[in-house]
Amino acid sequence: MKIIDVSKDNFKEEVLDSKIPVLVDFNADWCGPCKMIRPILDEIASEHDEYRIVSVNIDDEDELAEEYGVFSIPCLVVFRGGSEYTRSIGLRPKEEIEGMLGGD
Amino acid sequence: MYDIIIVGAGPAGLTSSIYARRAMKKTLVLEAVSYGGQIINTLSIENYPANPGISGFDFATKLYNQAKEMGSEVKFEKVTEIKDNGDYKEVITTKGIYETKTIILATGLENRKLGVTREDELIGKGVSYCATCDGAFYKGKNVAVVGGGNTALEDALYLTDIAKIVYLIHRRDEFRGEEALVNNLKNRDNIKFIYNSNVTKLIGDDKLEGIEVTNNDGSKEDIEVSGLFIAIGRIPENENFKNIIALDESGYIVASEDCHTNVSGIFVSGDNRAKDVRQLVTAVSDGAIAACEAIKFINKKK
Ligand SMILES: Cc1cc2nc3c(=O)[nH]c(=O)nc-3n(C[C@H](O)[C@H](O)[C@H](O)COP(=O)(O)OP(=O)(O)OC[C@H]3O[C@@H](n4cnc5c(N)ncnc54)[C@H](O)[C@@H]3O)c2cc1C
Repeated sequence: MKIIDVSKDNFKEEVLDSKIPVLVDFNADWCGPCKMIRPILDEIASEHDEYRIVSVNIDDEDELAEEYGVFSIPCLVVFRGGSEYTRSIGLRPKEEIEGMLGGD
Repeated sequence: MYDIIIVGAGPAGLTSSIYARRAMKKTLVLEAVSYGGQIINTLSIENYPANPGISGFDFATKLYNQAKEMGSEVKFEKVTEIKDNGDYKEVITTKGIYETKTIILATGLENRKLGVTREDELIGKGVSYCATCDGAFYKGKNVAVVGGGNTALEDALYLTDIAKIVYLIHRRDEFRGEEALVNNLKNRDNIKFIYNSNVTKLIGDDKLEGIEVTNNDGSKEDIEVSGLFIAIGRIPENENFKNIIALDESGYIVASEDCHTNVSGIFVSGDNRAKDVRQLVTAVSDGAIAACEAIKFINKKK
């Protein structure tokens, strides 16, 4: 599935109310490591249907960043059943990101 | 069996791989995190010859693509140990063991930690090592910077434009960094200098809410901050090799400009080598030299 951009208007619908786990990629245009992690996320998104990946631009969506305590990007937060399950900060290898999503 | 295994896909390691591949050597690059190394957070590089203003991300990505196009194999695995078995060497990673004729160690530098309790836990929740990366999250908040060199001064200056109050905490009574920067800072009205002091405690559960600062005379003070920017330098990542590789007292690999370590067939390139100037140009220069020396070593053995 393709990665879609999410804003505070559809965050509840796309993330919190989702039946499957959602990984939220908090990022910004000026963030080098964010650009490096994106192709990895695109790859994961295209290989898996059992969860979804969405993108939040923290400059446009500073309220969301504030609400979810994002102080450093790239920040990946996995939501399950409407609440935060796990998060990582900084560049991460592909397997580690898959690990955050998989497993119970 | 590889001809050359390069540890680290920063500027030095990737440059080594380009030279190694141009000499048709079977080359593997092992990288713990992601290609590019320290430079990826830099918005604009002003001192690299012939390419002023390129971003760190573009520099790293171009270099990585160049290395891949030359046929370098890159695997994302952290190297935990190396072994010298005379004729050949072994490189042990988090995922496997590789055999090779030569090794180039290009592991660069990592941020020096303050060493206070819960520092790791609060990274990204108030604790940061990069003001230009994380500064934007502290709009109108109080922050502190620790350090006395140019990086600390530049970070503090950058943050005075964003944060409400910036505390600059230094363990001495004078800064090591450039005077012009210090003067510049003194002209800002939202900067507070705290001399002769160390950060001794991080306050806050899920995120940083304050710090305890201890003066050299023993007195303590709590300061309310949401961000703590640690700028006390960088240290080499040579811990995993010190069983066989000679390091100097600061942990850098001892090698002259020919990049030879104390072990025959093992070379070093980049910021983790003992040297004076640690920049992209010197890192890529080491990268070329180390690769050429490794190639010479392999060809001689044939
Ligand atoms: C904020 C900042 C701004 C800078 N600006 C400039 C500038 O404008 N101009 C300039 O010339 N220089 C600049 N520099 C310096 C420049 O980035 C470094 O000199 C250069 O990156 C050194 O390259 P390197 O390959 O030796 O090491 P690094 O860039 O540190 O790369 C080392 C790589 O090795 C990997 N690694 C470490 N240990 C292992 C292991 N055990 N197994 C596998 N992989 C491992 C790391 O993950 C990393 O990717 C800047 C540095 C910083 C931090």
